[in-house]
Amino acid sequence: MRYLPLTEADRQSMLAATRAASVNDLFRDVPEAARLSGPIGGLPNHMGELEVERLMGAMAAKNIAAGSVPSFLGAGAYRHHVPATVDHMVQRGEFLTAYTPYQPEVSQGTLQVLFEFQTQVSLLTGMDVANASMYDGATACAEAVIMANRVTRRKKALLSGGLHPHYRDTTTTDARFIGFDAVALPADPTGVEDLAAQIDNTTSCVVVQNPSVFGHVRDYSDLAKVCQAKGALLIVVVTEALSLGLLTPPGDMGADIVAAEGQSFGNALNFGGPYVGLFAVKDKYVRQMPGRLCGETVDADGRRGFVLTLSTREQHIRREKATSNICTNAGLCALAFSIHVSLLGEAGITHLAQLNHAKAVQMADKLAAVPGVEVVNGSFFNEFTVKLPKPAAGVVEALAARRILGGVPVSRLYPGEMDDLLLVAVTETNTESDMDAFATALAEVLS
Amino acid sequence: MSMNSQGRPSAIPVAASTDAVTGTITGNRGLQIEEPLIFEQDAPGRCGVDLPEIPTVATRLGAVKPRATVGLPGLAEPQVVRHYTRLSQKNYAIDSGLYPLGSCTMKHNPRLNEKMARLPGFADVHPLQPVSTVQGALELMDALAHWLKTLTGMAAVTLAPAAGAHGEMCGIMAIRAAHEAKGDSGRTKILVPESAHGTNPATAAACGYAVESIPATADGRVDLAALKAKLGPDVAGLMLTNPNTCGLFERDIIAIADAVHAAGGYFYCDGANFNAIVGRVRPADLGVAVMHINLHTTFSTPHGGGGPGSGPVVFSEALAPYVPVPYVTHGANGFALVEEAGDGPAFGRMKAFHGQMGMFTRALSYMLSHGADGLWQASGDAVLNANYVMAKLEDVMTASFDGPCMHECLFDDRFLKGTGVTTLDMAKALIDEGFHPMTMYFPLVVHGALLIEPTETESKASLDQFIGALRALAERAKGGDVAYFQAAPRLTPRRRLDETAAARKPILRWTPPAGADAVAAE
Repeated sequence: MRYLPLTEADRQSMLAATRAASVNDLFRDVPEAARLSGPIGGLPNHMGELEVERLMGAMAAKNIAAGSVPSFLGAGAYRHHVPATVDHMVQRGEFLTAYTPYQPEVSQGTLQVLFEFQTQVSLLTGMDVANASMYDGATACAEAVIMANRVTRRKKALLSGGLHPHYRDTTTTDARFIGFDAVALPADPTGVEDLAAQIDNTTSCVVVQNPSVFGHVRDYSDLAKVCQAKGALLIVVVTEALSLGLLTPPGDMGADIVAAEGQSFGNALNFGGPYVGLFAVKDKYVRQMPGRLCGETVDADGRRGFVLTLSTREQHIRREKATSNICTNAGLCALAFSIHVSLLGEAGITHLAQLNHAKAVQMADKLAAVPGVEVVNGSFFNEFTVKLPKPAAGVVEALAARRILGGVPVSRLYPGEMDDLLLVAVTETNTESDMDAFATALAEVLS
Repeated sequence: MSMNSQGRPSAIPVAASTDAVTGTITGNRGLQIEEPLIFEQDAPGRCGVDLPEIPTVATRLGAVKPRATVGLPGLAEPQVVRHYTRLSQKNYAIDSGLYPLGSCTMKHNPRLNEKMARLPGFADVHPLQPVSTVQGALELMDALAHWLKTLTGMAAVTLAPAAGAHGEMCGIMAIRAAHEAKGDSGRTKILVPESAHGTNPATAAACGYAVESIPATADGRVDLAALKAKLGPDVAGLMLTNPNTCGLFERDIIAIADAVHAAGGYFYCDGANFNAIVGRVRPADLGVAVMHINLHTTFSTPHGGGGPGSGPVVFSEALAPYVPVPYVTHGANGFALVEEAGDGPAFGRMKAFHGQMGMFTRALSYMLSHGADGLWQASGDAVLNANYVMAKLEDVMTASFDGPCMHECLFDDRFLKGTGVTTLDMAKALIDEGFHPMTMYFPLVVHGALLIEPTETESKASLDQFIGALRALAERAKGGDVAYFQAAPRLTPRRRLDETAAARKPILRWTPPAGADAVAAE
């Protein structure tokens, strides 16, 4: 077995040192009835690399890779071009195969990356401070609500009808088991809901998504003021982090907490994970945050260095009194995010965001010209909703048969509802000919 | 400058100033190169990517204004590559050497797994593509589920949780849902041994349970009599790690499980240490009702400096109805994906999409590579390596409990008594010897714990070098050389860091130096 360095001679001499008769003898504390007598049945024996590659390659080949066809899927996961540098750096063993940086003297690389990541997230969201990442956007959203309940000592969260249903459901799952109210408003495909009227003095927080799951972009500055007046926190969710390169950031609108999905930077689609949750807050809430935080300090020689800090919030110190049970986060995905953002820089991120928006505008116009198709959105970033004269799920299947991944049917996210709506996302990876092919194929499928 | 006849400088020029710590001009020390923050390398307008021109369109941003600036620095690609390369060189990693972090399982991460995870058919697939276009991805999830169910002997599995602690949440939620389905609302407590991982009590508390601690016996195991005394109609379940965090197998495990279930509770097994027994013992045969599995500890998905993880959860027949969405089923047209909980007892979603697919591919690649015979050998070697380390150190250090241990061995600081050297000092001295320290001060049930987990991927030569270093350090500590230990580490990119100062006045991000705006505006 290629991963096991012990030779049979090693095993024998080591066994002698342990004074055990055999390796099986070392398992003698396991009740005998539960000990298998040899390798477990029903599974194959070991394989060489070549055989594993063949087996897994065959599975991979059964999928349509999004990059191999014109692809317009979004709804919380976006296909962006990731520069070659990102994956090359991420695969350096010193990053890939290190543990959580609990020994700072031999983890300054990871720690400085986290410090820079926290700064990048703070800048992008327009917030004071960010943590070192969460599992994904949906769990970051749920944790934000739990944190708001803690800060306000209230137990009723108001979830916008523009919030991604997976984020909504992740939050309501927590609500059921942790014991708080998560009031989810009806789906808001047209982007007109009025949340301010529904806030009262028992509301712990209002959760909005910008752009919304239907693609609408809104200015929430007025809502932030209403929240503040009623003692509720405003949580702004962002599922397309690239939008932060173009839109007024949530911090400038008055958000108290930003919970976002960072996959768009540096991370592949990966069929849904692993991704990287972003979590940023106003300064005054730092000690109420979940998750790891990296801070600057000095070493014994007075040189700048970094450590994990404020860990008295965390489970390994506080146990049942911790702010969250989170332990592992998304370290390597945060690194990929950070490298991609570093490559883009100020000029690149602004340019890329504008490019995405412009291409989406072009696509919206092309689709609006298809007979029977109506663009629902008055505003959007790089994703919008269209209304079709037929159920969108069937249309998407018919497009897939023509090798075009033509968006996400809204009914996939809201079963049994709004079956004529389709979400269409456009990024820098979509060429002019991709867009034309999509519009043409859609016209054929609808005719 | 004067030159000698070979054209080389005849004298080394003396710098005006040298770094007080390193004695070099730059503050660098050979391969250890000081690296500023990325924000300190900014040149406005510089960019590490080349992008196409933006088509001219009328924007559709509604009432939202485009932002003026973000504040990010501009660097070219070579600078970015050098930045992250230099930072990487300040990390210790399993690729560099022995990383004996007990309970964390730092084993070799095969690169084949990385290659498999990057196949475009897995990495470049959108989670909401039509199910007809992702049959291979669902097949992979189904195959992983089959392996996990076979290895554990359990009835059902969810792949959804994002990490071990998230898996714990899932398991405790299932227990709660099961009690609720029976109309049993009187169960308000979860029992947790004192030696448990911090996530266990944090999870139970997060799910609204009161946490009650159960004591250990003198041999490092759960006190069965004390446990039985606490069981009753108010106990929802027991969370127990097995092998436990002292590296010992709970001999009474079947009796423990029976007692919990007889009292109407459920036995949650924390599967963080499943790697010790994988392929040799099926948790179902131990009476487990629900258990999470850390794919990174048992099936070698990389730790990545703190994630991403993946925490599938296996369930007994009794808890199987409560598996959360989504999950894969076998339909008439191949594999199907159930994404909505509907009206059944299954509870809803725990994260967006379908779980940590990139970790599934790596874990399955590991499983296929090992096979049933390789897993048998791997868990055997893991346990042998730990027992070998324990046997070779127990005369100079103090083992907390009698062996055999499982995949890790636990020492406490009695051997340091009166020396002035602490567990922390020992750990820092090990760093100078080129090793990552063991887990320190955990579990909490012994004083000054040193928990060593070598894993099966260490050679005997590597273990012998580690053992030699630890023995010599133990002797040196007993010899009274306290100052040596307190000054360690000396040879690292940074020496001991002031954690108190970091927490007292937290600096959690870079901020532009004062006056930067004024300069930029000029």
